[in-house]
Amino acid sequence: MEKYTRVEGVAASFPRPNIDTDAIISVAWQRSLKSNPGEGLFAIWRYDLQGQEVPDFILNRAPFRKSKVIVAGANFGCGSSREFAVWALVRFGIRCVIAPTFGDIFYENSFKNGLLLVTLPQAEVDEIHHHLATTNDPTMSVDLESCTIELPNDRTIAFNIPTARRATLLEGLDEIGQTLRFVADIEDFQQKSRACQPWLYARPEPRHSP
Amino acid sequence: MANSETLFDKIWLSHVIREIEDGVFLLHVDRHMVHECTSAAAFEGLKRAGRKTRNPELTYAVVDHILSTAKGRTGETFAGGREFVQLLRENCQAHKIELIDVDDPRQGIVHVIAPELGIVLPGTTLVCGDSHTATCGGLGCWAWGIGTSEVEHVLATQTIVQRRPKRMRINFEGKLNRGVYAKDLILRLIGQIGVAAGRGYAVEYAGSVIRSLSIEERQTICNMSIEFGARAGLIAADDVTFEYLHDLPYSPKGEMWEQSLAYWRSLPTDPEAVFDREVDVDCTSIGPQVTWGTTPEDVGSVSDPIPDPAAVNDLARRAAMDRSLTYLGLEAGQSLEGLTVDVAFIGSCTNSRLSDIEAAAEVVRGRKVASHVRALVVPGSAQVKHAAESLGLDKVFLEAGFEWREAGCSMCVAINDDFVGPGKRCISTSNRNFEGRQGQKSRTHLASPASVAAAAIAGAVTDVRRYLT
Ligand code: SF4
Repeated sequence: MEKYTRVEGVAASFPRPNIDTDAIISVAWQRSLKSNPGEGLFAIWRYDLQGQEVPDFILNRAPFRKSKVIVAGANFGCGSSREFAVWALVRFGIRCVIAPTFGDIFYENSFKNGLLLVTLPQAEVDEIHHHLATTNDPTMSVDLESCTIELPNDRTIAFNIPTARRATLLEGLDEIGQTLRFVADIEDFQQKSRACQPWLYARPEPRHSP
Repeated sequence: MANSETLFDKIWLSHVIREIEDGVFLLHVDRHMVHECTSAAAFEGLKRAGRKTRNPELTYAVVDHILSTAKGRTGETFAGGREFVQLLRENCQAHKIELIDVDDPRQGIVHVIAPELGIVLPGTTLVCGDSHTATCGGLGCWAWGIGTSEVEHVLATQTIVQRRPKRMRINFEGKLNRGVYAKDLILRLIGQIGVAAGRGYAVEYAGSVIRSLSIEERQTICNMSIEFGARAGLIAADDVTFEYLHDLPYSPKGEMWEQSLAYWRSLPTDPEAVFDREVDVDCTSIGPQVTWGTTPEDVGSVSDPIPDPAAVNDLARRAAMDRSLTYLGLEAGQSLEGLTVDVAFIGSCTNSRLSDIEAAAEVVRGRKVASHVRALVVPGSAQVKHAAESLGLDKVFLEAGFEWREAGCSMCVAINDDFVGPGKRCISTSNRNFEGRQGQKSRTHLASPASVAAAAIAGAVTDVRRYLT
């Protein structure tokens, strides 16, 4: 995973609360393996029943087609455990979501996929929504090193993030990467296990069905 | 401390590679089961990162979910599943993972084949990207379901990051009544303690009743651990387990068998061990169970009236009960007996093993399915199907008017062509009675295979004891 330090770009405002994982990506998008989940992001709002873009929808409009940040309402990502929701955001190009609260499982899944979630008090999130609704320059930067959000109007908002989560993103390690730091321990464990419980490793050669 | 560890503690401690942070550990995974629906993205992730499967020899893949169960099916029969099946084949080839493909005589529901092939061994850790992995706990294995990122993590590292759960023991004591099976026991437990009681616990099922159960019945119990929120449930291996495992395709052989036996015998919970919570279930009072709502805790004996939400003090629970009854088109005080069913489904990783099919056949033999009922048997595996056929059980069902289908998940999850139909009522041996679980607007009543068979004959929910000689 890329090291995460700072994201700069267009921010799209989704002020309504309780945007669930089904809204982020509908189950229909999970039936095909070849579809790009980024194209399925918010499909139920983004496309009509014929699959045509809904012109009014924010992500169908310039400059928001290239959004990197989503500013959301409370409880963003509530619902199921589907990681498809996170993949949809990431594949679309979203690097950061700012909201007052997030769905629990969505929160876990996001950090596993390098998507920064910033939790801010409702008042500050509302302030950003208001700013985005009235500005001609809907960009912002989110800096993970200094834990600050900078708006083009010189407003800076500080945020907190759990130390371990921050370190994981800054180091650019996903969970697998982190575990692989302990590869010597894994080797060691398996060597001992092979010695004491050889039956765990003894099995016929893999046979592939035709 | 010596001599005061639970079965779970022993398995946990023997799999810790290191502590990562306070209370969070890196554990070794001995067995990894993979199926077509939750693995695709995990393999894709490995590819993107240029990673390999660390221990393909500890990994087994099978096609079961998005697959037709029609006679003569191939991986292509259900068009929606074609891509998943093909991709799993490619991924297994690339990662040198053994694939049990559609036409393989070992094919079946992942949690049914892992035990019957001897992949599941006592004292091991086993994971799979599927929440009913706990089924395998019936052999004294710590087995649990994981998400797709974790599937990728296990493929790449053969480890998993876990917070240590608390320990719960559930003691089943008493005497089983006629017409009461393992399914009734686990349904009764969930009715007794509620769907969230197991959250954060590793559960051990114990007691004289558990000891008297066959390995297949033990799997039925463990299967539904997730239905009360437990990550995993397990039953200590004993002579019944060892006899079951002896000489299975992947179980240890020769000298290794003796070696493994000695180790397995050291695993049961020590007499002095203390659990964080103990639950007692009195089996003597249990009759055949049928669910009346949309969570497995909405359950009672078939002859009991449906409880009245108005009599419940907990407002959230009352609202949930009201919603359940509305969804199912039922009323408080009503008896489930005599309630017309449209579909009777015998299958799923809960109840699709040979003994389940035998129990159902005992009820069905010489009788006919009610004319308005669609009744189907979907064996859990090709092996189960074959074994049942060699006992002539397929004929018993076919002559009665049942469909006799190929192995797979089928109407348990309705991701393929097998679904109940909007507004239709199904009595089912599966594990989830959630809204829409068996297809859009489907209504599900969970019960044992014998109870489902009896309902198919009666055309309505009925007390199976009427059909037992
Ligand atoms: S039978 Fe049902 S519960 Fe079991 S693995 Fe298949 S879909 Fe899941």
